[in-house]
Amino acid sequence: MSLKASEINEKTKWQDLTEGLQIYEPATSKAFETGEWRTQTPVTDWNKCKQCLLCVPYCPDSCIAVKNDKRQDFDYDHCKGCGICAKACPFGAISMREGK
Amino acid sequence: MKSKAIKTRMSGNEAVAHAIKQINPDVMPAFPITPSTEIPQFVASMIANGEIDTEFIPVESEHSAMSATMGASAAGARAITATSSCGLALMWEMLYVTASSRLPVVMALVNRGLTGPLNINAEHSDSMGARDAGWIQIYSENNQEAYDNFLQAHRIAEHKDVHLPVMICQDGFITSHAVQNITLWEDEPIKEFVGEYNPEHYLLKEDEAMAVGPYAVSNYCMEEKKAHAQAMINAKKVILEVAKEFEEITGQKYGFFEEYKLEDADFAVVAIGSVCGTAKDAVDKLREQGIKAGLLKVRVFRPFPGEEMAKALKNCKAIAIMDRCESYSANGGPLGAELMAALFREKVTAEAVNVMYGLSGRDVRVEDVEEVFDWLTKMAKGELKFTEYPYLGLRD
Amino acid sequence: MEKNTFNFREMQAREDRLAPGHRMCAGCGGTIAVRNVLKALHPGDKAVVGNATGCLEVSTYMYPYTAYEDSYIHSAFENAGATLSGVETAYHVLRKKGKISSNYKFITFGGDGGTYDIGLQSLSGAMERGHDMVYVCYDNGAYMNTGVQRSSATPMYADTTTTPSGKVSDGKPQARKDLAAVMAAHNIPYVAQTTFIGNMKDLYVKSEKAIYTPGPAFLNIMAPCPRGWKYDAPDIIEICKLAVETCYWPLFEVIEGKWILNYKPKNKLPLEDFLKKQGRFKHLFTPGNEHLLEAFQKETDRRWEELLKKCEM
Repeated sequence: MSLKASEINEKTKWQDLTEGLQIYEPATSKAFETGEWRTQTPVTDWNKCKQCLLCVPYCPDSCIAVKNDKRQDFDYDHCKGCGICAKACPFGAISMREGK
Repeated sequence: MKSKAIKTRMSGNEAVAHAIKQINPDVMPAFPITPSTEIPQFVASMIANGEIDTEFIPVESEHSAMSATMGASAAGARAITATSSCGLALMWEMLYVTASSRLPVVMALVNRGLTGPLNINAEHSDSMGARDAGWIQIYSENNQEAYDNFLQAHRIAEHKDVHLPVMICQDGFITSHAVQNITLWEDEPIKEFVGEYNPEHYLLKEDEAMAVGPYAVSNYCMEEKKAHAQAMINAKKVILEVAKEFEEITGQKYGFFEEYKLEDADFAVVAIGSVCGTAKDAVDKLREQGIKAGLLKVRVFRPFPGEEMAKALKNCKAIAIMDRCESYSANGGPLGAELMAALFREKVTAEAVNVMYGLSGRDVRVEDVEEVFDWLTKMAKGELKFTEYPYLGLRD
Repeated sequence: MEKNTFNFREMQAREDRLAPGHRMCAGCGGTIAVRNVLKALHPGDKAVVGNATGCLEVSTYMYPYTAYEDSYIHSAFENAGATLSGVETAYHVLRKKGKISSNYKFITFGGDGGTYDIGLQSLSGAMERGHDMVYVCYDNGAYMNTGVQRSSATPMYADTTTTPSGKVSDGKPQARKDLAAVMAAHNIPYVAQTTFIGNMKDLYVKSEKAIYTPGPAFLNIMAPCPRGWKYDAPDIIEICKLAVETCYWPLFEVIEGKWILNYKPKNKLPLEDFLKKQGRFKHLFTPGNEHLLEAFQKETDRRWEELLKKCEM
């Protein structure tokens, strides 16, 4: 039985790594928190947000989920703070705050 | 299930094509190159006549042939290809990728020298260059062995302790094109022997997403390479088990190498491929003259059975290790280098010489091999010592 | 999907098939392309994603982290077309043999280096053989993974690390290859060029056509790279808009050999509006280099006129 990606790390013995370094699960990257990279952070002013969803397709990091036809708050575990969403918003509802 | 023997005549390429017909693989990408071209031609016509279910991909290069073979194998198909010489060279990068991805593809390699100069004849520089690519390499003396070896290849490659690609090699033209007697085996026992391919993981597995071909940092790569190396070690046991099972069906015996009159031999020639037929004739002739000559014919080069070969040679007085491939190392050829090291490790004290022969299809006659045995007898007596590794049949 | 049925909100509600946690740079245009192309897959349809070596590969499948919800295969730089053609062929055999029953789509991604240059032969072969797959080039106009070396997709005069602008150099001397036209010449059912515009309807519509048109399809997506192009990451939206409004990056399709222009700017903007946003063209704006801007404008105009002619036919 192969190890799960979450059980594999840089201390795993050679006998225990997956064969050919294959992975047999989807989307294991979610466990890697690229939010750590952030130097500035998007913040939504929900009063200004019209739920037009235009910010959603422009996120390079799939960090703006849509549920029940409404965008959710940012996935701060993964958002790298690139700031594209702030420019995508036609209503000025997203601003960039310095720091994480 | 035992098979009846079906006696017929065919070339080495036809023999491999017949093996492919019996295996009925899923996908075969290939690109034409002399002298292996006939193999995809035979397969294409078998497909055209509805004799097999295989999908042939007429790729635009050998690099793409290996890439598509790898892709098909990762997707869950039994995938094969065929090539020679420069075609194998163009696949180089993908040979490593396929092996390190642990995909059990099978290749029919018809050995031909690498350019230059451009030449289409038998030489082992193509496969020997790829000897460290992580593939299993099995060599054939004649059409019968090319056929039998190909039939065993999938069983070895697909074994759970191995999962490595296998290259079945035969000499260009000498074996691939010469029509010789051959014994074929019946379809049913062969199909039962080869079996269905049911991989555990594959891209198209319906309830599993799989990812193949990662970028891996140093902390993973060395461990991955050790696992790959271990699979090659494991292959030794599997190759013998598969050979045993094949023998039960066909009566044909296969091992890592064949010992021909070697048991009590004072003088041994070690060689690979079609020249071994000629060498056997030379051994027989010398035995008639009372000279204890013998032959060790290498079948499996990867994994390299160094210890086993050294043990088989330990009582010899002098050994000639024949290479049909220049290494340009100023130190001999690849078989010479590896077997010399193995002899040293086993503390074999025989005189040994590495002989370069048959490059670019240079003919080797029985008298040529007799000359090599003559060198060995002189070496054993201390009458001859080579300062450089000799070329057999060279004009000088 | 017909254009009149395009539903932006439904599209955004679809699950992402490129997961977060990948290591692409902040603001990368490549991942914007990938996630939106994959969103055009109908929910429930399976796919195998292929990939040429490049930024995308080393960042989205770094062992043991895959960013893909679907099965994924990378093998090397120059062979994404061939590798996926093997996968696609295996699919047909395994279906024929009854070993699998689901429908799969085959989509492979390559950067411009892996597509216009080293992978061109493999791509050409895969398209010519008629495999039912989509090859998507995320074109950022240079070898970004190795540090911004010029490719045949690099625009003329761009400053790259192998065509640096200098005292006696104006940057890349050659104009970029028109790969979409090269692919159209393969007479495949579908070729399109797009980028990120507005609500990305153009990209979604073309992605869906590419994925669901039987046979081979090629999508060329301009995907700006903030590091290589030297602009502030949030400016990507404006840069893409200017690329289209200046006719540097026209939006078009070639369907069964018929060229269709998808957008014609009412007021074609001067090329320098697009160029001046990017540090890689900075040297074009130093006094004395006006002739370079003129030459680039002329080349852009010539190509635009040529495209208009093709689309009239």
